[in-house]
Amino acid sequence: MSTEGVDKSKRRFLIGATTVVGAVGSAFVAVPFISSMQPSAKAQAAGAPVEADISQLEPGQMMTVEWRGKPVWIVRRTPENLSALPELDGQLRDPDSAVPQQPAYATNKYRSIKEEYLVLVGICTHLGCSPSHVKSTDPHNLGGDWKGGFFCPCHGSRFDYAGRVYAGVPAPTNLEVPPYKYMSDTLLMVGVDHEGGAA
Amino acid sequence: MKKILSLFAGLVLSANSFAAGGGVPLQSANVDLSDTASLQRGASLFVNYCLSCHSAKFMRYNRMGKDLGLTDEQVKENLMFASEKVGETMDIAMRPEDAENWFGVLPPDLSVIDRARGSDWVYTYLLSFYEDESRPWGVNNLVFKDVGMPHVFWERQGAQKAVYKTEMGHDGKEHQVIASLEPADPAKHEAYKNDVQDLVNFLAYMGEPAKLQRYDLGKKVLLFLLLMFVVAYLLKKEYWRDVK
Amino acid sequence: MDKLVAWIDRRYPMSKLWNEHLAEYYAPKNFNFWYFFGSLALVVLVIQILSGIFLTMNYKPDAEMAFASVEYIMRDVEWGWLIRYMHSTGASLFFVVIYLHMFRGLMYGSYRSPRELLWVIGMFLYLALMAEAFMGYLLPWGQMSFWGAQVIISLFGAIPFVGDSLALWIRGDFVIADATLNRFFAFHVILVPLILVMLVAVHIIALHEVGSNNPDGVEIKKNKNADGIPVDGIPFHPYYSVKDIVGVVVFLMVFSMIVFFAPEFGGWFLEKDNFIPADPLKTPEHIVPLWYFTPFYAILRAVPDKFLGVVAMGGAIAVLFILPWLDRSPVKSMRYKGPLFKIATFIFVISFIALGYLGTQPATELFTDMARLFSILYFAYFLLMPFYSAIDKTKPVPDRVTFKAH
Repeated sequence: MSTEGVDKSKRRFLIGATTVVGAVGSAFVAVPFISSMQPSAKAQAAGAPVEADISQLEPGQMMTVEWRGKPVWIVRRTPENLSALPELDGQLRDPDSAVPQQPAYATNKYRSIKEEYLVLVGICTHLGCSPSHVKSTDPHNLGGDWKGGFFCPCHGSRFDYAGRVYAGVPAPTNLEVPPYKYMSDTLLMVGVDHEGGAA
Repeated sequence: MKKILSLFAGLVLSANSFAAGGGVPLQSANVDLSDTASLQRGASLFVNYCLSCHSAKFMRYNRMGKDLGLTDEQVKENLMFASEKVGETMDIAMRPEDAENWFGVLPPDLSVIDRARGSDWVYTYLLSFYEDESRPWGVNNLVFKDVGMPHVFWERQGAQKAVYKTEMGHDGKEHQVIASLEPADPAKHEAYKNDVQDLVNFLAYMGEPAKLQRYDLGKKVLLFLLLMFVVAYLLKKEYWRDVK
Repeated sequence: MDKLVAWIDRRYPMSKLWNEHLAEYYAPKNFNFWYFFGSLALVVLVIQILSGIFLTMNYKPDAEMAFASVEYIMRDVEWGWLIRYMHSTGASLFFVVIYLHMFRGLMYGSYRSPRELLWVIGMFLYLALMAEAFMGYLLPWGQMSFWGAQVIISLFGAIPFVGDSLALWIRGDFVIADATLNRFFAFHVILVPLILVMLVAVHIIALHEVGSNNPDGVEIKKNKNADGIPVDGIPFHPYYSVKDIVGVVVFLMVFSMIVFFAPEFGGWFLEKDNFIPADPLKTPEHIVPLWYFTPFYAILRAVPDKFLGVVAMGGAIAVLFILPWLDRSPVKSMRYKGPLFKIATFIFVISFIALGYLGTQPATELFTDMARLFSILYFAYFLLMPFYSAIDKTKPVPDRVTFKAH
C-alpha cells in the first residue's frame, strides 16, 4: 500500500462526479416517494365537481352541498339582504374583496355570478369551523343592527350576506367563494370554473 | 437411471406450468398494450358484454379514458352505463345473492383476472366454449370444465361443437375425449377471434394500468445507473492504484 | 468545520466511531466478488424499510380491505406501483443476497474461531428475516398469502401437547382471519424490523471486533507493521467504500431490471394465485411457499410424519447454528481444504438447490423420493462434517494473503 504519486486533482474530480451523480439519483428516487403522498386518484374522484339543483330554493333559504369533503352553501338572497350589503362597508375588514378569496368572475360587490345566489365554502377562515346561518329575523340574532349573515360559534367571527368578514373578529379574510358555474338557470356545478375547466 | 432422467426432465419445467387449465394447451394471446385502437375496442366489448355481471372495482373510468386516449366526455357517452361519474370505479348493480342464484357462483371481479390467470388462459378460455346440453346454459368450456358462465359472445362467435375421439385411459378402458372444437361458422369464428384478442388486450391493460409507464421509466433508470456505474468504477480504479 | 467536529467530539464519539468502523478499520485487501453481499444486504434493508414505510401509509390491515388497498396502491396512489414493486422485489432479493452472503461464509470458513459468535448472530438475523418475510407475505391477503400462512401456522400444531393451543393463540381465531392479519401487520412493520436493525448493529460490532475474514482464511492481524497496522489490511474507507459503491450500482441495475421489466419474475416473486383475494373456503390447486422457503418446505414434506417433519425442518435450520463447531479442518478457506470437503460442499449445494426446486413442485411419489434423498444429503453434509473435515488432506496455508495488484 502506498499513496505516493497520487493525482489528487483527479481524485477530487472523481469524488465530485460520483457525489453529484449520486445526489441526482437520490433526488430522482425521492420524487415518487414524495408524490405518493399527494391526493390519490380516489381522493381526486371524491373531489370532483358536484351538481346542485337550486330550483326548490326559496328566497332567504340556504342549502348545503358537499364538495371535496367541505360544506358549500348556496344562499338565495332576498332584495333586503342585497340592499343591506353596501350599508355595511364601514364595519368590514375587506369590503371590496381585495384579498383573492373568490374567482375573478365573483369579484364584485355581491361576490357572486348572479346577484341572487351566493355560493360560499362554509369554512371559517379563522381555524376551520363551519359558521351558522343567522337571519336578521331569527329570535337569537346577534343584536339590534344585525342584518343577517353568518356567525362562527367557535370564536365568534361574523360574516355578512356576501361572506365578507366584520372588522374586530378573529377571522382574517372573507369566506372563500368556490369555483362554480351555471349549467342552466336552476342547475349549479360547484368545482368547475365559470369559463370551463375543472378547478 | 430412468428415475433420475425423468427427474431432470421435471427440473426443466417452470414453476407455473401447472397453472394450465385441465391439460388443454393454451393459445398465445399476443397481448400488445401499445395498440390503443385494440384496447378501445376491447374496452367497448368489456363494458357491453362483461360489465353487467362482472365488476372491475379497482378500475376508474377516467383513468381508463386517459390511458386509452379518450376524453371524459367520450368515456361518458360510449363506455359508461353503470355509473354516473367518470371518477368512479367499474362497479355493478347486481346483488351478490342474485348472482349466486343465477350462476351458482359469484362472478369474480375482473380487475386483475389477467394477472391471476394469465392472458393466454383468458384468451383460450374465451375461445373454448362448446355446446353441451347437460349444462344449465347449454354450453361447457374446454379450459374451465363445468363453468357457471353462459357463453355471452354466442351471437358473435356462432355455435361451436366438440369433436370426440376414443382414447385408451390409464385404467385400461376406452374413454371418449374431446379432440378439438369445430365452429359452425368459420368466418364468424375468425372475426370473433379478433374480438377476443381485443378483449384480452384490454383485460391485460386493466390488470396493471401502469405497465407501459413502467417499461418506459425502466429504460431511463437503467441508463442513469449505467452512467453512475462508469463514474463509480473510475473512482474505485483510481483509489485502488494505491493497493499493491 | 474542524471546530464543529471538535465540539461534537467532546460530547459524542463521532470521530472515534468513524475511525473505528470506517477510516481506520483495516480489512484484508484480497476481498473478491463474494464480499459485496454484506453491504448489499444493508442496502436492501434500507430499501425495504423506506418502501415499507410508504406502503403503510396506504395499506389497510383489515381482512375486508387489505386486498383492495394493495390494488389501490397499485393504481390510485401516485407512484404506488413503483413503491410496491420495490418492496416485493426487495423481499426476494434480500434472500438472494443473504443466501450468497451465507455461502461466502461457508466457503471461506468465516464461521471459524474467532468468528463463531459473528456467525451465530448472523443466523439469528436470518431467522428474523424469515419471520419478517413470512408475516409480510400474509398482508396482500391473496389466496397464496392466506393458505401459505394457514399451512405454516398449522406446523405449530404438530408440537406435542401444546401445539393446537399454540397455533390457535398465534392466529387469534380458528382460521387465519382478520385478527391474524392485524397482528402480523404489527409484527411485520415494527417488532421484527426493530429486531433486525438491532441485530445488524450487533453483527457489525462483532465483525469489527474480530476483523474480517478473507478468501484465504489468513488472519491479517498476525502480521502487523511497526505502526501496529496489518500489512495485508487496507482502511475500509476509502478503499472498500468506493468499491462497494460499484457493487451497489450493479445491484441496483439488477434490482431495477426486475422492478421495471419483470416484477412477478415469472411467478417466483409475485405468485399468480395471489391476485385472487383470500377465500377461506377454497384452497388453490397448488400451494407453495415463496421460493426462499422451499428447501425447508421440501424437507418438511419428505418426512412421512407430521411431528418429525416439523422437527426435521427445524433441525435443518438449527444445524446451521452449530456449524462453527462441526468443522474440524485445520484450515478455514475452501481454497486450502481437501477434496473430501470440496466434494461434500458441492453435493450440499446441489442438494439445497434441488430441495428448493422440489419444494415448489407437487409431492408426487418420485419427487418425494428425491426430496428424501436430498434431505439426507443435506443433513449428512453437516452431521458428518466432524469426521470428513478432520481426515481430509489439506493444502498448506500461506503466511500472507494472495493478492495481485489491479
